[in-house]
Amino acid sequence: MTRMMKQAAPSRSADAQAEVELTVNGEVVRRTVSVRMLLSDFLRHELGLTGTHVGCEHGVCGCCTVLIDGKPGRSCLTLAVQANGYQIRTIESVAAADGTLHPVQQAFKECHGLQCGYCTPGMVMNILGRFEETEPLDLSDEGIRELLSGNLCRCTGYLNIIAAVRRAAELLGRS
Amino acid sequence: MKPSLFGYQAPTTLEDAINLLAGDADAVVLAGGQTLLPAMNFRAANPSLLVDIQHIDGLRGIAVGADSIVVKAMVRHRELELDEAVQRVNPLIAEAMQHVAHIPIRNRGTVVGSLCHADPSAEMPLLLVLLGGSVIARGPSGSREIAAEDFFHSFLTTARSHDEIVIEARFPLLPPKAGWAFDEVTRRHGDYAVVGVGCVLSLDGSSRVSGVRLAACGIADRPVRLKEAEAALNGTALGASDLDAAVAASLASVTQPDDINVSQGYRRRALGTLIHRMVARAAQRAQTAGAVS
Repeated sequence: MTRMMKQAAPSRSADAQAEVELTVNGEVVRRTVSVRMLLSDFLRHELGLTGTHVGCEHGVCGCCTVLIDGKPGRSCLTLAVQANGYQIRTIESVAAADGTLHPVQQAFKECHGLQCGYCTPGMVMNILGRFEETEPLDLSDEGIRELLSGNLCRCTGYLNIIAAVRRAAELLGRS
Repeated sequence: MKPSLFGYQAPTTLEDAINLLAGDADAVVLAGGQTLLPAMNFRAANPSLLVDIQHIDGLRGIAVGADSIVVKAMVRHRELELDEAVQRVNPLIAEAMQHVAHIPIRNRGTVVGSLCHADPSAEMPLLLVLLGGSVIARGPSGSREIAAEDFFHSFLTTARSHDEIVIEARFPLLPPKAGWAFDEVTRRHGDYAVVGVGCVLSLDGSSRVSGVRLAACGIADRPVRLKEAEAALNGTALGASDLDAAVAASLASVTQPDDINVSQGYRRRALGTLIHRMVARAAQRAQTAGAVS
């Protein structure tokens, strides 16, 4: 069965473009992007930082969570143009340059806080951002569940993730 | 999904922003984007132009005044939730905000944006109505103050004109020694409420109600002040029959029809349960506040 194909060469869409400059993992990047480009796609497609995962694209799953000006936020609910001038941190910046894991990552490893790993970058960035706040941590089961409530894991790994948060607090001297 | 095509402007003055809105009937204001962007990604919203107000001077910060807390348009939920001065003069706000989505969403979403979105199940519009607050809208012909009870018209519909920008919201302080409470019934933590109830209550020296405000979200096309229930409680010692009377008086306020989640009857029962619990919690706090002073 043949499929009807358009003969014309593909052309760029009529998207409005804008120049953006932001700091990603400490490095200033400048690109001209479609104004409708989501920050999540900007990180993955323009910068090749594919550690930020894209799940639902409406803010529910939490996979795309990055630090936006130091605070966890959804990169799928932020336009790249909106982030003009912002400081962004992604999972790629979390481990040390020599590969030594950050305590939050180490805790996930020790506690088996991941199976497939799809939700893990968002989990780690959310937890990391919360740990970097000065606000006291609630390390009760309820408090940790509240912290994780915006990140979905489909591998049923929550109990180990809760353990990982508690272990991370130990490793960071926050427990 | 991805949003469909739109234009984008990031003006640096309110005048420019208002002119952009006035010049395009399908332009919308972008603040935190935590409701607008999901709607655009779903293509439920297809604005022609986004007017990003984040770079406009004077739209940031929280100020606690003599009788109200002024929250500027770009204040994120989490800023208000964690503000210690706000917690001192109105602890109800932080209690209710624990139910607004999740921390990463509260880090980005704005309080005023939530008010302007006017979801009838949302917590912030309920708070504004419960406390008797107001918003300041700025348009081509100047500013006007709109009281909470006049601001929310219907589902996702407010008194704001298309070419107006709400530049701040004003949440009144709690009365001295007042008790407070907020809780909601929801399918999952962080979801919009099926029903939410807030209460502010004062007791006199003989533990009778000297003032009470009750409001609910999720029961109608806008947040509703439960004035009949308030009248049933005022002056009473909060006996069981007084509370039953207050619940009975509030049930007619539930006009939201059956939906995919729950029936109208379920909402009525949830409203009654929450009224009982929130009045009890607020009364207990009022008693504690009275005892320590």
